[in-house]
Amino acid sequence: MSGAAYESVIGLEVHVQLATRTKLFCGCLNVYGADANTNVCSVCTGQPGALPVLNGFALELAVRAGLALGCAIASRTKFDRKNYFYPDLPKGYQISQLERPVNGEGSLRFVNEAGEERVVRIARAHLEEDAGKTMHPDGDRSSLVDLNRAGIPLLEIVSAPDLRTPQEAYRYLTELKRRLRYARVSECDMEKGSLRCDANVSIRPAGATELGTRTEIKNLNSFRNVERALAHEIERQTAVVEEGGSVVQETRTWREDEERTETLRSKEEAEDYRYFPDPDLPEFELEEERVDAIRAALPEMPDVKRARYVGSLGIPEATADVLTADRDAAEWFDACVAALPDGGDAKGVANAVTGVVLALANDQGVSIADLRLTPERLVEVVGLVDDGTISRQAARKVIAELDAGDEAPAEVVERLGLAQVSDEDALGATVDEVIAAQEKVVEDYRGGNENALNALVGGVMKATKGKANPQLARELLIRRLGGAGG
Amino acid sequence: MSGPSPAFRSAVALRDDALAGKLRVAEIVEETLARVARTEPTIDAFLHVDADGARARAEELDRRVAAGEASGRLFGVPIAVKDNICTRSMPTTCGSRMLEGYLPPYDAHVVERLLAEGAVLIGKTNCDEFGMGSSTENSAFKPTRNPHDPTRVPGGSSGGSAAAVAAGVVPLALGTDTGGSIRQPASLCGVVGFKPTYGAVSRRGLVAFASSLDQIGPFGASVLDVAHLASALAGHDPHDSTSAAFEPPDYASLLSRSVDGLRLGVHEDFLEKIKDAGVKERLRAAVRQLRDAGARIVRLDDLDFLTRVGIPTYYLVATAEASANLARYDGMRYGPREEAADLAATYARTRGARFGDEVRRRILLGTFALRAGHKDAYYERACKVRRLVQRAFAAAFERVDLMIGGTSPVAAFPLGRNVTDPVTMYRCDALTVPASLAGLPAASVPCGRTAEGLPVGLQILGPPRADAEVLSCASAFEQLSGRFGDLAPLAVEAAAEGDDA
Repeated sequence: MSGAAYESVIGLEVHVQLATRTKLFCGCLNVYGADANTNVCSVCTGQPGALPVLNGFALELAVRAGLALGCAIASRTKFDRKNYFYPDLPKGYQISQLERPVNGEGSLRFVNEAGEERVVRIARAHLEEDAGKTMHPDGDRSSLVDLNRAGIPLLEIVSAPDLRTPQEAYRYLTELKRRLRYARVSECDMEKGSLRCDANVSIRPAGATELGTRTEIKNLNSFRNVERALAHEIERQTAVVEEGGSVVQETRTWREDEERTETLRSKEEAEDYRYFPDPDLPEFELEEERVDAIRAALPEMPDVKRARYVGSLGIPEATADVLTADRDAAEWFDACVAALPDGGDAKGVANAVTGVVLALANDQGVSIADLRLTPERLVEVVGLVDDGTISRQAARKVIAELDAGDEAPAEVVERLGLAQVSDEDALGATVDEVIAAQEKVVEDYRGGNENALNALVGGVMKATKGKANPQLARELLIRRLGGAGG
Repeated sequence: MSGPSPAFRSAVALRDDALAGKLRVAEIVEETLARVARTEPTIDAFLHVDADGARARAEELDRRVAAGEASGRLFGVPIAVKDNICTRSMPTTCGSRMLEGYLPPYDAHVVERLLAEGAVLIGKTNCDEFGMGSSTENSAFKPTRNPHDPTRVPGGSSGGSAAAVAAGVVPLALGTDTGGSIRQPASLCGVVGFKPTYGAVSRRGLVAFASSLDQIGPFGASVLDVAHLASALAGHDPHDSTSAAFEPPDYASLLSRSVDGLRLGVHEDFLEKIKDAGVKERLRAAVRQLRDAGARIVRLDDLDFLTRVGIPTYYLVATAEASANLARYDGMRYGPREEAADLAATYARTRGARFGDEVRRRILLGTFALRAGHKDAYYERACKVRRLVQRAFAAAFERVDLMIGGTSPVAAFPLGRNVTDPVTMYRCDALTVPASLAGLPAASVPCGRTAEGLPVGLQILGPPRADAEVLSCASAFEQLSGRFGDLAPLAVEAAAEGDDA
């Protein structure tokens, strides 16, 4: 039987740590990488008598994320206790949201691997507190617990089972991350654990509408591993079914080293979390005005931005994709467009941003927003290219210099002598010299070899140490030598 | 000794003398510690007495007097604190082996307030483990005895605080009330106890039993003293999300001498249906006194279900919350740990060995009430009934200003009588849990003694935030009855001194 006989159904549960200054229910810092158990207090270590107080900014970020994902925002919301024992869970329960999550249904639009537009429903996105970290040092029978992470605000984003392939899962995650980063909700850095993902997957005969028995895969530490683990799990489930067996509902873990999933715990051992409303945190209203204010402050989302770049600025799709991949780059570009004079060269600026400026930031290992180079200066440089003052080649140098100091573009051009020779009289003499010196090439050109002209332009550039305006040099050469094959 | 001993004087009088420099705080503290030493062998009200801390505090306060910088509503007043309220200067065990030796890293909000008002913390009082009980016999360390008759219980769970006030050791003490744990021991010990409106006093630092019901409140020998302490405790705390956003008035200044025209509701379950004849007789007399003083006694006939559903509803809600609140005691971060072969076994052994029977019983009940498949029938139904209770009270308070009745259906019972019969013990709470479920302010004031000489308490309930009205009525009744507390200290002291002689 071929693989196409089955269809896979995938749903993802994504946890992102919200980029707040402090934890969800106490004043401890929300930072990554501090010494163990240094960002803790009586609340997040679960001391007797300690009480939680909701961090208003965490709630705002949760709503912001919900709006970025098109979720219905709850008018009333509340917290529930999820009860289970584990050493890294200080209170013996996690404060989460079961009923009345802050964000209800939403959706995420993206283009799948086949180039089709997909809309995946989001079931909910709720607030909860993170647990601490348990470490098991090698060769030691004891375990260590670090509670710095305990109480950090998490948003759990649960998709509907709308994804159909591992590649779609990958693309969904990429788009989700992009949106959350646009909304400045989370760093979404899987390496630092600020984005974590569990995957639910089942298979069913192609065309069926009922869901098959699903398994949940944990321990997925990159988007690539989500994709790979899902591919392996679908293969495994297909093999089980084709051999006449049935899939067992269970939680499996991804073993990256062995490229396979294995059973972590079966459903029989599944816990009853005995959820109930947290009596320490009364249900509260999310006022419409507050939600409206958050909505008003929400930045333009990447899909809207991309459409605007392509549609009204005439920027090629590939360039628009690069610009909108990251909110910092897009906003930097937006600032350039704002500085551009009427009828200015938006496309030229876009090319400069994607071709030069992003590389500059990348080389320095900083965000484009942290460069010394400003959007206004870049627009000036592009203007100098467009009016023929400097070459594209020279523009690269100017941009690098601008980022290293506080000079104006014209000053850099002057100091480095990068102005193109655009004066016909001055360049005419050099053109004559090159024609005289390269008889062979001139003959080739006259014999109909178009490429020979490029060699002659190169000769002029070399003789002027790159300062000649290549366009003018080409024109002068043609004028003196007549048309190709002429 | 010249003059009346400081511990027999009201908190207000002690404060005034201390502020005026007529009485050194050091003297007050020494006298208090001497009384602790005399009464503890009989009463066992304290789990921890901080003699050094109290003396150091007295010195500090006396220096303030000398410097002319003394102030505070409770200046120089010795106060005992129930052991389920966090104090960084003293261990906080909640009467449990689970927290044996636990020293909190912070002071409860109410403790901060006491210290800001110039109070002196004397020690931590005994209680039923985590506040679970009605006799203080569930303390893991020792039972406390009723100063009126040391063969009997002081009530509970705040039995240590009630007994310490009744024995004249301290003029004021803090208790906590989840289903009656202030009012019932106040009734059994013949002192004034007050449970404020839920949310009036911050719970930060109160070790949670049932978070939606727990409330801290004062014990004292007189309503005036209790009103002073209640005012000092109440007020918004941004660190407790259930703290009410209102600034309560100064209760002491609002105490009335009159009940003339006051509409007082009475339901037979809270009076006529009480089986104990001695208790019922004292309550009837109290109602007569109030009527004679001009109060309008209104019969409330349609509140039967309050006492019928009160106990089951309370025990489902409270145990469900407790099952989660007590999950943190796992031996991992603080408190003793009983090591076993693996993690699950370590949890089981620690919790099995360190929690007492009643605590384990309630955790199991609460866990069951929240289990998938049972939650609808138990926990959620109890929450619905609780809302009905709140509505019933709201309707009643449209017809009456306050409600009055018994605090406890029985007077102090002998130690050991009910320990093996949890349901009989739970029934002790029948008259107090309805107000807890509705978050109402409620006081218990002494209204005489049974033929056996055991105190009986009159309960006064008000609508939410009518704390001042409840205390005012309590004060008026106190004037009518001519009793300012119903202390038993003389008997105890005589016994103790007799032994010495």
